[in-house]
Amino acid sequence: MSLVNSFKESSLNYFSKVFGRGPVKPGESYGAPGIGNSTAISVVTSVTLIFLWWFVTNMGWIKPLFLPTPESVLKKFVSVWSEDFGGSTLWGHSKASLFRVFTAFFLACVTAIPVGIGMGVNRVFRGVFDPPIEFYRPIPPLGYLPLTIIWLGIEDLQKITLIYLAIFAPMALNARSGVRSVTIEQIQMAYSLGATRAQVIWHVILKGAMPEILTGMRIGIGFGWTTLVAAEMVAAEAGIGHMVLSAAEFLVTDVVIMGIFVIGGIAYMFDLLMRFIERKIVPWKGKM
Amino acid sequence: MSVLQLNKVNVIYPPPKRGGSEVHALEDINLTIEGNDFMVALGASGCGKTTLLNVMAGFIQPNSGDVLLDSRPIKGPGADRGVVFQQHALLPWLNVMDNTSFGLMLQKKKSEERKKVAAKYLGLVGLEEFLSHYPYQLSGGMRQRVGLARALTSNPAILLMDEPLGALDAITRETMQELVLDIWRQTKKMVFFITHSVDEAIFMASRLIVMSPRPGRIIHSYKLDFYQKFFETRDARSIKSLPEFIEMRQEILDIIHGDEIRIDQG
Repeated sequence: MSLVNSFKESSLNYFSKVFGRGPVKPGESYGAPGIGNSTAISVVTSVTLIFLWWFVTNMGWIKPLFLPTPESVLKKFVSVWSEDFGGSTLWGHSKASLFRVFTAFFLACVTAIPVGIGMGVNRVFRGVFDPPIEFYRPIPPLGYLPLTIIWLGIEDLQKITLIYLAIFAPMALNARSGVRSVTIEQIQMAYSLGATRAQVIWHVILKGAMPEILTGMRIGIGFGWTTLVAAEMVAAEAGIGHMVLSAAEFLVTDVVIMGIFVIGGIAYMFDLLMRFIERKIVPWKGKM
Repeated sequence: MSVLQLNKVNVIYPPPKRGGSEVHALEDINLTIEGNDFMVALGASGCGKTTLLNVMAGFIQPNSGDVLLDSRPIKGPGADRGVVFQQHALLPWLNVMDNTSFGLMLQKKKSEERKKVAAKYLGLVGLEEFLSHYPYQLSGGMRQRVGLARALTSNPAILLMDEPLGALDAITRETMQELVLDIWRQTKKMVFFITHSVDEAIFMASRLIVMSPRPGRIIHSYKLDFYQKFFETRDARSIKSLPEFIEMRQEILDIIHGDEIRIDQG
């Protein structure tokens, strides 16, 4: 027991030496965990990692088969942009993937959000939709992917259906919990000013649920993208996931890594897009 | 002149937990608010003040008894009764102007008329310079003023105010008491006003009811006119330290404390 305690104490001492701070600077509050700006450190980290990559590959310490140089990856990005690889150009693959993800995202928006709102405001709706959604929601999309292939083949229809299903549940459930974030006073206020039920749903509940609906959309598009790339690696004729997989089959490692960067870049752009939309549509979020 | 009448109103809530007993929130309440009564309801937490207001607003249907506004039974909420909530209940995505004219928008009034009416009441509460501010940019007192202006826009017969000043700091609260009284005098509306504060109740009320919990009943009722002195002298603080004011406060505190002892022993 005392051994455990002394170990705990010595490790705590070690941590407070490494992460401990002196007195607070003006404008900072004492004891707030992780205060201070970390951007500069992040830049240094990124540059160091890229430099290490460049250094070890150019020194010939790692074979290009396992890790190609950054320059060759960049070159591949330029050449595959317009040249055919695995049945299409990089732009063609990206277009195929983006078309699938946006079609599914659009379909999910126009169905999952009304269903989620409906579940929030109507007990019949909730009773009908709760069991199927709660049943399939925890299943990883790759778990029912084989079934969608049996039913729909490996074309766009199957991909779109799969992503649609993957996005539907989080979007609907976020819309539903958004309804709950509207306070009873706001609803009673509208009724006491003579609102009809339809007006309350449209002008109070839908608007009030908007921040969480947008959170659902942000989660949805990220999740949809993850699912799509994985699905394209299982079976597809075009798409960014398919491109990475066929490059791996031929051991073209620079295209594999280039593909990974493209996948990550697109995911990051989705996030920026959703944050932009959030700032435009719900500027009051988190302020009241 | 409007009249709001409650005859033998009973409200019974189901047991809060399994095996518990029913809560008799209101028992045989008889109450008439008329003319331009400023009726204040005072009492400890759980005495049924808010239930009473919710019955008048139409948010709660009583188990028995009649609730009549100008002889018509109240079946649900409506624009003939304006409600001011304790937590302002503003919509964070609308600015002050749009929050105030929200009811007029629901009633599909034309844009110019909405703006005109909302501006009039925002002027009355002293917010004419904050039309394009959003609720998160306002102080607590300003938010309540928007809530008050909003309730006035549909020209209700009665204003129902559920501890509207309860969440404000002491200084803002005094200013708001005077503002509410002035607006009451100008608009000549009936008011039903709930508060925890004995001083606030005595200062503002033209009629005061003291309520007692379990079951919720009206145990005392007064006619007061300290507000009248305020309209004459505009010196709220001197009024609140008048001997008769302090005497009144003593009497009401005695009632409330005596009642607490009864409940603790019973």
